[in-house]
Amino acid sequence: MIETALSILVGIFFAVAVYLLLSKHTIRIMLGVVVLGNAANLSIFTAGRLTREVPPVIPPDLYVPEIATANPLPQALVLTAIVISFSLFAFLLVLAWRAYQDLDTDNTEEMRIAEPKADPLPPLSY
Amino acid sequence: METDGNSLTFIALFLPFVAAALAPALTRRMGHKAAWVLAIVPAFLFIHFASLVGTVASGEAVTGSRNWVPSLGVEFSWFLDGLSLTFALLITGIGTFIVLYSGGYLKGHAHLGRFFSFILMFMGAMQGLVISDSFLMFFVFWELTSITSFLLIGFDHSREASRRSAMQALIVTGMGGLALLAGLLVIWNATGATSLSALLETDNALRESALYGLAFVLILGGAFTKSAQFPFHFWLPNAMEAPTPVSAYLHSATMVKAGVYLLMRLNPVMGDTALWETVLPLFGGVTLLVGGFLAVRQSDLKLMLAYTTVASLGLLVMLTGFGSEHAIEAAVLYLIAHSLFKGALFMVAGIIDHEAGSRDVTRLGGLRKAMPITFGAALVAAISMGGLPPLFGFLAKEEIYYALGFASVWSALFTLVAILGNALMFAIGFAVALKPFLGPEVKTPNHAHEGPPLLWLGPVVLAGASLLAALVSPLTHRLFSIPMASAVAGEPLDIYISLIPSIGMPLLLSLVTVALGYAIYRTLGDVRARVGAALIAIGWGPDRGFDQVLRGIVRGAHRLTGLIQNGRMETYMTLTFAVIALAFLVPLVGAGEMPAFPQLPVLTLYEIVVLALAVIGLGAVLYADDRLTAIVSLGIQGFAVALIFLLFGAPDLGFTQFMVETLSVVILALVMTRLKLAKSDHRPTREKALDVTVASLCGLGLMLALFKVTSLTFDPALSVFFTEYSRVIAHGRNIVNVILVDYRGVDTMGEIAVVMAAGLAILALVRVRLGRRVEHAEPQVASESRETVA
Repeated sequence: MIETALSILVGIFFAVAVYLLLSKHTIRIMLGVVVLGNAANLSIFTAGRLTREVPPVIPPDLYVPEIATANPLPQALVLTAIVISFSLFAFLLVLAWRAYQDLDTDNTEEMRIAEPKADPLPPLSY
Repeated sequence: METDGNSLTFIALFLPFVAAALAPALTRRMGHKAAWVLAIVPAFLFIHFASLVGTVASGEAVTGSRNWVPSLGVEFSWFLDGLSLTFALLITGIGTFIVLYSGGYLKGHAHLGRFFSFILMFMGAMQGLVISDSFLMFFVFWELTSITSFLLIGFDHSREASRRSAMQALIVTGMGGLALLAGLLVIWNATGATSLSALLETDNALRESALYGLAFVLILGGAFTKSAQFPFHFWLPNAMEAPTPVSAYLHSATMVKAGVYLLMRLNPVMGDTALWETVLPLFGGVTLLVGGFLAVRQSDLKLMLAYTTVASLGLLVMLTGFGSEHAIEAAVLYLIAHSLFKGALFMVAGIIDHEAGSRDVTRLGGLRKAMPITFGAALVAAISMGGLPPLFGFLAKEEIYYALGFASVWSALFTLVAILGNALMFAIGFAVALKPFLGPEVKTPNHAHEGPPLLWLGPVVLAGASLLAALVSPLTHRLFSIPMASAVAGEPLDIYISLIPSIGMPLLLSLVTVALGYAIYRTLGDVRARVGAALIAIGWGPDRGFDQVLRGIVRGAHRLTGLIQNGRMETYMTLTFAVIALAFLVPLVGAGEMPAFPQLPVLTLYEIVVLALAVIGLGAVLYADDRLTAIVSLGIQGFAVALIFLLFGAPDLGFTQFMVETLSVVILALVMTRLKLAKSDHRPTREKALDVTVASLCGLGLMLALFKVTSLTFDPALSVFFTEYSRVIAHGRNIVNVILVDYRGVDTMGEIAVVMAAGLAILALVRVRLGRRVEHAEPQVASESRETVA
């Protein structure tokens, strides 16, 4: 089963993606987002079963393919997903860039405007 | 029994709320004179309830209902027996004069309309509470009285003391409300009754139920908080922050008696047990003494009265739980007497405050000439409070001593408690009614003179009622006391007590009380100093404890928030992915769905090379020393993925992936070179260990899930459909493209829209320049003054 090999690969992709996402630095997190997209796409691709080397294209003189082709459905889904994950990545990247410009850091530890370190005690009076 | 008054009672339940809605507009137009119009509502209700007195006195209950939630069997039902009716008459009768009094007391106040609205809402709630039959209605009205009480105490919301008292009252009575709800559910569970009238017919079911103890504790939780029994008494004196009409109405005559009402209501089905007859008198007795002693300490007229209210409520609970018929009769008589004289005295205190500008008893004196009507009403009310003839309070006190007696050590103990408590109340009553009026004239902040009729009408009528009720005591008993006492006892009772004292033990005890009370009155200044010193020596009370608990909650919540929302993204991410890993693994392991490890496939050499390339690319991303190397390495794994797509019959995907990966790497590298970052960003070993564990578990979970998925039979129905009809129907040979632009065309449109939206957002982010915010904004400090509460 060729799917076994790809399943293992997907597992590795996902693990690496998570490890990168757990970083404190937005650049690493960006890398993680890219790898995570690949992991997701590959897992959809694998779950739709694999066929070697035969694209789902119908020969010019036929109405149905002659031989078994690769499953077209996951391909259509993944095609959409690749484009969307690229849009997301581009957007996040610009966001990270602007965050760096405004905060002078790419370290999430130091990005504390919304949740300041010394959050004052709420008033104890009534 | 259904009567003609049926629909009227139904309307009566809503009328105060309608009036409350109209009050602000009316007050805007008429000013404080709106009181005369608004008082028509309670007066009308009083007349309506009075018309039912005959029926109820003959021993029948007036009931009625409307469907409320028929599908759940919930009815909007009411039930008027002697107990409910007497309460309803007190609420509407006193309410009429309270509305008038409010008009005079808050004349010219900017929010008088709102005040009228609140007080009428409260009236509606309180009236609903005493006449509702279904548990649900009873509970809703009960909570509504707590909420309106909160609004009224916090009426002057610009003062912190007001806000604190309002909050305290709401929290204490609200917690009690929850206990009550639980108690009602337990009672429902134990007896099957969903209404008070049904419950009263269950006889011994509740007493013999295994749930009796639980129901008892929960119901007491509701009654004791509402009726300010020790140790929950502290909120009631604090509630004196409210304007005086509120203190007179809610916090002496009506609302605080709701707890007593509840106990009296349930006495027939819950009373007569050892638990009931031990706990109630003990708590009531302690409350009586605590209230009495704390009252002596005060020099503020309202606070003196407030603490005697606590004492009186204690006396009522003590009598209700004492367990003899005479004790119940005494409780009933005292309840009526107390509502009349305490309401009148509070209003008197308000008049003095309003006209003389002070309510400190040590700074008042000689007002009798300036305010003769008020003095008269105060005197009559105080005589009733002191239990002297010929007022209704005298009847109540005679009955109390008759009921308690010296038959056993137990009852002798409570007789002594009652004597001491009554003597204290005697002293306070006369201190409030006499000290400001007698003696040499003292200069007061305002030049004192008699208030307008709107102000003195209430106390005069209530004091007059105390006198009249006692003078015609046989009639009072027949119409009010006897039906009410019978309802409380659950069996017909008779009351004979009248103004003509029978020579015996009760009269003797009365004399002792008066003598003791007079002694305390004469030495009030001394006693006040001594009790004050004792309290300072103790130093801690439930009032301070309340603050400590609330502050503890705020501090605890703050600490907890800091712990779980610490503002560190990695914590949130670690938690999220840990949960994701568990979501993959727990069902697989827990449900025994673990896949068997599948056979390793035979791969061609180039397949092995491509897979290896992907893994190498990932490794390079991870192990890259600096960020730029990592970004370049990202390209390796991306191209490997593209090759995988190519190898497994997906050339379209392969090409798209090539393009996207190239773009990603280029953009990332471009952005990176603009940032001046430290070269390396390695994490410490401890963090690394945790991150690796979480990441590995996630990867393992997804891998196992895929193993499981691919080991199951594949359902190719959709793929077969697309393959078969792609050329035939959609005239396309590239099946993937046909799916994208034809079968799922709208979906692709959506995809294009997302890309466009992302593009626009990116453009906006790049073009719009925000001000550079290097320094963190200082958190704004609340400008509100934080006065400490004593």
